Amino acid sequence: MERIILVGNGMVGYKFCEKLIAHPSRNQFDILVFGEEIRPAYDRVHLSEYFSLKSADELLLAPLNWYQENDITLRTSELISWIDTENKKVLTHKGESFDYDYLVLATGSFPFIPPIKGSEKEGIFIYRTIEDLEAIQNYADKLKAKGRFQSAVLGGGLLGLEAANASKELGMTTHVVEFAPRLMPRQLDQSGSDLLQSKIESLGLKIHLGKNSKEIVGEGKVERIDFTDGTTLPIDMIIISAGIRPRDEVAKNSGIAIGERGGVLVNNKMETSVPGIYAIGEVALYNQNIYGLVAPGYEMAGVALDQILGGSKLMSPSIDMSTQLKLVGTEVASFGDPFIEGESAIAIRYENKQRGIYKRINISKDGSKLLGGILVGDSSDYNSLFQLYINEMKLPENAEDLILGQRGPGSKSLLGSVLDLPDSAQICSCESVNKGSICEALKSGACTDLKGVIKQTKASTCCGGCKPMVVDLVKETLKSLGKEVKETICEHFEYSRQELFDLVKLNNTTGYDEALDHFGKGHGCEICKPVMASIFASIFMETANKQVAIQDSNDRFLANIQRNGTYSVVPRVPGGEITPEKLVVLGQVARKYDLYTKITGGQRIDLFGAQLNELPMIWKELIDAGFESGHAYGKSLRTVKSCVGSTWCRFGMHDSVSFAIRIEERYKGLRSPHKLKGGVSGCIRECAEARGKDFGVIAVEGGWNLYVCGNGGANPKHAILLASQLDDDTCIKYLDRFLIYYIRTAGPLIRTSTWLEKLEGGIEYLKKVVVEDCLGMAEEFENEMDGLVEKYACEWKEAIEDPETMKRFKPFVNTEESDDQLVFVPLREQKMPRPW
Amino acid sequence: MEEIVSLYQTVQPSEVISWIRVGAVNDFPENAGACIKYNSRQIAVYHFTRTQKWYACQNLCPHKMEMVLSRGLIGDAGGIPKLACPMHKKTFSLEDGSNLNGEEYSIATYPVKIEGGIVYIGFAD
Repeated sequence: MERIILVGNGMVGYKFCEKLIAHPSRNQFDILVFGEEIRPAYDRVHLSEYFSLKSADELLLAPLNWYQENDITLRTSELISWIDTENKKVLTHKGESFDYDYLVLATGSFPFIPPIKGSEKEGIFIYRTIEDLEAIQNYADKLKAKGRFQSAVLGGGLLGLEAANASKELGMTTHVVEFAPRLMPRQLDQSGSDLLQSKIESLGLKIHLGKNSKEIVGEGKVERIDFTDGTTLPIDMIIISAGIRPRDEVAKNSGIAIGERGGVLVNNKMETSVPGIYAIGEVALYNQNIYGLVAPGYEMAGVALDQILGGSKLMSPSIDMSTQLKLVGTEVASFGDPFIEGESAIAIRYENKQRGIYKRINISKDGSKLLGGILVGDSSDYNSLFQLYINEMKLPENAEDLILGQRGPGSKSLLGSVLDLPDSAQICSCESVNKGSICEALKSGACTDLKGVIKQTKASTCCGGCKPMVVDLVKETLKSLGKEVKETICEHFEYSRQELFDLVKLNNTTGYDEALDHFGKGHGCEICKPVMASIFASIFMETANKQVAIQDSNDRFLANIQRNGTYSVVPRVPGGEITPEKLVVLGQVARKYDLYTKITGGQRIDLFGAQLNELPMIWKELIDAGFESGHAYGKSLRTVKSCVGSTWCRFGMHDSVSFAIRIEERYKGLRSPHKLKGGVSGCIRECAEARGKDFGVIAVEGGWNLYVCGNGGANPKHAILLASQLDDDTCIKYLDRFLIYYIRTAGPLIRTSTWLEKLEGGIEYLKKVVVEDCLGMAEEFENEMDGLVEKYACEWKEAIEDPETMKRFKPFVNTEESDDQLVFVPLREQKMPRPW
Repeated sequence: MEEIVSLYQTVQPSEVISWIRVGAVNDFPENAGACIKYNSRQIAVYHFTRTQKWYACQNLCPHKMEMVLSRGLIGDAGGIPKLACPMHKKTFSLEDGSNLNGEEYSIATYPVKIEGGIVYIGFAD
């Protein structure tokens, strides 16, 4: 057996291991991996997500036991300090030596620190490892405690902007300082940079272009940056992101050939100047270049492995540097030659400052080929454009259609069908998967669905940018094979939610087990049970107490589970109007049960930290004081938020509070595919933020304007006007129709905005259904809603009145003890769970 | 933290030293879970009425170390009885405690037997 030693356990080193263990000749090799960091390989591409993750482990490419299970010896926190190329040995920094037959250098790179005076001061950081991020976070916390918030990132390239986003997320006022006159100078032209700049400035980042740092000034700590143009910037911390340099020191010291400006010289077999030694990833100097992207690194890993195993794979002669990513919430893509123009090429540009979009394509003089381009603000066409470019496909007659879209009737997508791509078209560049292998996986019968294809080919598992194209390819291929592509709930029900809704209704199915027996299979799961519970609730208005076992965990206990397994309690406060007497009761209950209290975004009061067995006692007191369940735990109507309206406000046009209460009282307890929120504003100043809700009502001259399908959350959407100048009753009538139509037809966990996006015909069609009654079902919808409203019952009242139900809230079946594992820590004048 | 994890080790039926009585069949919900306490351990017990099978596992979620698994939804994946944690919906096999999402966390499982309408959990100590 021969031994491979791999120096470096970053993304490219990991990819080498992954490819090795999948190889049929795996057993002829023993592999030993050295990693300098304390953790096994992690996803550096998504490093900036670290702050939002629960633990650094979520970034790991594979857990530690993956290496054991696959017989890979991994030694973390160990550095190779010397290679004895004569005797084929490596020496670690601890002085141990190991023999190898093949050596692969995947030592990566380090951030370049430009020679600026003062760069040794406290408060200067780099941005490459999890430890760097932790150090940045700790330092920022210390600064913030002292009331200091100014942070600067030196470098406005791709990584610099990522670092700037991370700094902003930490709550620092962040400046980006770039030497070039534009952002991302390697990917964007001036117009693209201008647009990106205005987008990210609107999010609070401050951009300084064309600035050359002369000195970092401060006594011990960073206090100010002086620029060569005489200007200065007062600053409390600095993150340097001025490019990368290869980690070639061990190769250099051991006599392996290095390029003039660094990097281990390799040929197209990834061989270095010493036989048996290979270099891959950011340390390798190929074609006079160092490549700081994962895709070329992965290709190098594949080539080196193939060569070691006796194959003949070679590195592509030219490396494609196209890239697509989301920076500071803005989509940016650049492909081919983004700048080419002049003798050989023509650039077509589209700029829309109102919508924040810039698109540029460069086409050959004869208009036949796409040579490159830039997309800022909307990169949804990237995959199609990239395929046209990389496969040198013939362009349509009007090349501007590529960025403007075809206008007029009979418009088609840019590519026609994804199936028109050549088999060699690379779909996933990170994992180098081409169209042929995706289609073959399905045609050969090896895979039958998207999940299987992703598992077998690994397409879209790295950056995920090609996922929409993989989805389309799988769908289209299955269709071409005559296989029906259906959106099914899960393995237990081969139906969509809408079909299940109809089945339950038509068959008058009243129980989950009955549904499973009649049109499902197996014993159900955490996906289909809550979907069916929602359907039963929407059809029969049954509360979560009727079929307890199929309720999602929060509905089962009629409360919201929180970090430490305790619950929060949110009583309904319709329209946000509450009497002083009721406020006092909430305070008394919170004090009695030692609950953390907070005002919610929906104008209610949330009481946190209730133990399971305390829930019924708390609710008994609340119900006695006239409160009802707020359904904050359910996929159901939450709140109808209101501004104070014309009763008090000197600008108010109509009585928004009274109308909000009427709406909330009507739809309370209504279960739906996802949560539902509403708002009513008394004038167009819109203080209730009604257009950020699933339905929003705004007072105007002559009545109410009704807006639908908005939401806050991760992808905020403004609600769209459905009808204007309505009287109270008509507004309610339209709301009834809209809500029932949504509840009947939306997929599980699809909010109204996403539902509308997928609804064929969009808002215009919805207007026809709701306002013009084109389906002739308006009356049925209204009657259905009337029936549901009539059957409303407070499920907490039901629960505390039934001794059998109360068993549900007992922490242990076999003892009356309460859970003694709970730990709280103080938080200001209240408490919180022990942090994770 | 590690201390609490080490309290929970899978017990095979052949390793049972003591069968602990934890309640009557009727004390447990149908097609759902409930929790029992045995000394310092919290054990989740599930009754699958459709298959007339019982399963038991640690109540401790191995991901965030909270005592919550008994409150999760149950069902099957390709015939394997499973449990979904109420915190982040990670799913585990109730047959061998393995993680069904391909992640590293797993849980300890315990044998259950029903005799004369009484539920017993098997421990190896």
